[in-house]
Amino acid sequence: MTTNTEPAISTPRTEPVISLRGVHAELGSRPVLRGIDLTVRRGEVVALLGANGSGKSTTVRSVIGQVPAGTGEIELFGTPQRRFRDWARVGYVPQRTTAAGGVPATLTEVVASGRLSRTRFGMFRKADREAVRRALDLVGMADRAKDSVDALSGGQHQRVLIARALAAEPELLILDEPMAGVDLASQEVLARILRQQVDRGTTVLLVLHELGPLEPLIDRAVVLRDGCVMHDGPPPKAVGQHALPGHDHVHPHAPAGAEPIRTGLLS
Amino acid sequence: MDLLNYAFMQRALLAAVLVGITAPAVGIYLVQRRQALMGDGIGHVAMTGVGLGFLLSWSPVWMATLVSVLGAVLMELIRWYGKARGDIALAMLFYGGMAGGVMFINLAPTGSNANLTSYLFGSLSTVSESDVTAICLLAAFVVLVTVGLRRQLFAVSQDEEFARVTGLPVRFLNLLTAVTAAVTVTVAMRVVGLLLVSALMVVPVAAAQALSRSFAATFAIAVAIGVSVTIGGTVTSYYQDVPPGATIVLLTIAAFIALTVLATPLARRRARALAAAQPVPDPAECAVPAGRKPTGEAGV
Repeated sequence: MTTNTEPAISTPRTEPVISLRGVHAELGSRPVLRGIDLTVRRGEVVALLGANGSGKSTTVRSVIGQVPAGTGEIELFGTPQRRFRDWARVGYVPQRTTAAGGVPATLTEVVASGRLSRTRFGMFRKADREAVRRALDLVGMADRAKDSVDALSGGQHQRVLIARALAAEPELLILDEPMAGVDLASQEVLARILRQQVDRGTTVLLVLHELGPLEPLIDRAVVLRDGCVMHDGPPPKAVGQHALPGHDHVHPHAPAGAEPIRTGLLS
Repeated sequence: MDLLNYAFMQRALLAAVLVGITAPAVGIYLVQRRQALMGDGIGHVAMTGVGLGFLLSWSPVWMATLVSVLGAVLMELIRWYGKARGDIALAMLFYGGMAGGVMFINLAPTGSNANLTSYLFGSLSTVSESDVTAICLLAAFVVLVTVGLRRQLFAVSQDEEFARVTGLPVRFLNLLTAVTAAVTVTVAMRVVGLLLVSALMVVPVAAAQALSRSFAATFAIAVAIGVSVTIGGTVTSYYQDVPPGATIVLLTIAAFIALTVLATPLARRRARALAAAQPVPDPAECAVPAGRKPTGEAGV
């Protein structure tokens, strides 16, 4: 054994789960990503930060193949994303939409659709029903399982969307703005849910407006501006008003050319 | 029940029951994805099929099935690629389909606008033996898809983007929904008519929502309402000599109004019980620290 060899124990830690190299993407004809490099290794918790329009959401959406591919390479678990089929390993929590479906649905029914990445067109067995129940339990919503999702608050709705992603028991969680429009008490609950997952070894990539109650969980922060990576390293320390415990960093949609939204690092 | 002694009434009732099952079964997915008027559009396109059936002396039911399936696939493709201009393309498809129907049926040697009227508004008493066979086969397909693939169709209709990330073949499932809706339109064409089909797809689902909190219950109640009104409308039209299609649709709307009026106090009581069962909100939620603006919506 030479001194250059890495200890065996760190090998799983360094295995890249998500790998983006020189990724460009356009929405319409507007370039949104202009050469993103990003690696997320097994067990890491990585936050994507940046102002509105900096390309955070587009970055995660390109990872899961929801943005028309531009140039560059995207790999999931070492497989080129175009050929990646093992979607049960990925739990995706989209940016919460206010528009629910046009028909009522219970929490169980919504969370069960997260299990489809495992069952596909097969039967829904007892083990699947138990996984759905467990996922609801993990987010503390098991007692509401038979209620309609329409009756939930913003924070509770977000917990259901996380449960839906957890139903397939994924190794990687991708969350797009999980804290947007969620009150402080629910933010603490969400942080606790994510901590549980991280403690089980789940890899997490999340888009955030600011670190907030998640700060102690985050291993690495990647700050985007105008579709480029500006910072990739330890999470920026919150300063000034951003450090206040009650600050939930709410921004109106800024018009183009307005003062960029401060992330704490760049302000 | 002397009406069961007549073969034409037996056929009419069988067709009516099948429509009562299939129309809400497909309609629930259309309502869920907020495409409640898609059935109406397919109905317009199906007219070209009816017209072509007369012109070529083929079965208008099978011809309408073929044309409306093609139309539904075209609508899905327009939805994918059309983006902002999509609704204009859809409008052209709908009215083109309607105009084509009128044109073809008048060109046909045996056709006239009177024939067309029976397809536009339904004509239960003229349902033939071969129509019933076609309706049974098509209805079996619709039930197989809407019940057998309910979890997959639910996921795609609830959150299309999430469904794609679960690895489901979303485009295939969207096409399947469109094709199934098209098939349902032709199942219902002889009973309620092409112009009223959409009502049976949408209104029972809307009525069922007054009583239900889950998708499964909405599905079951909507089908129960669908079967009740189609049987009720058919029987009424036999005794009262009123048009069955219109009777069925008016009965459906009456059911919607009655259930909504009855269920409103129920829903209010349920909401109150729920609010009482909720724990008192955490004080942290109310204590707004200095510098925090009480804005409702966060930047997205």
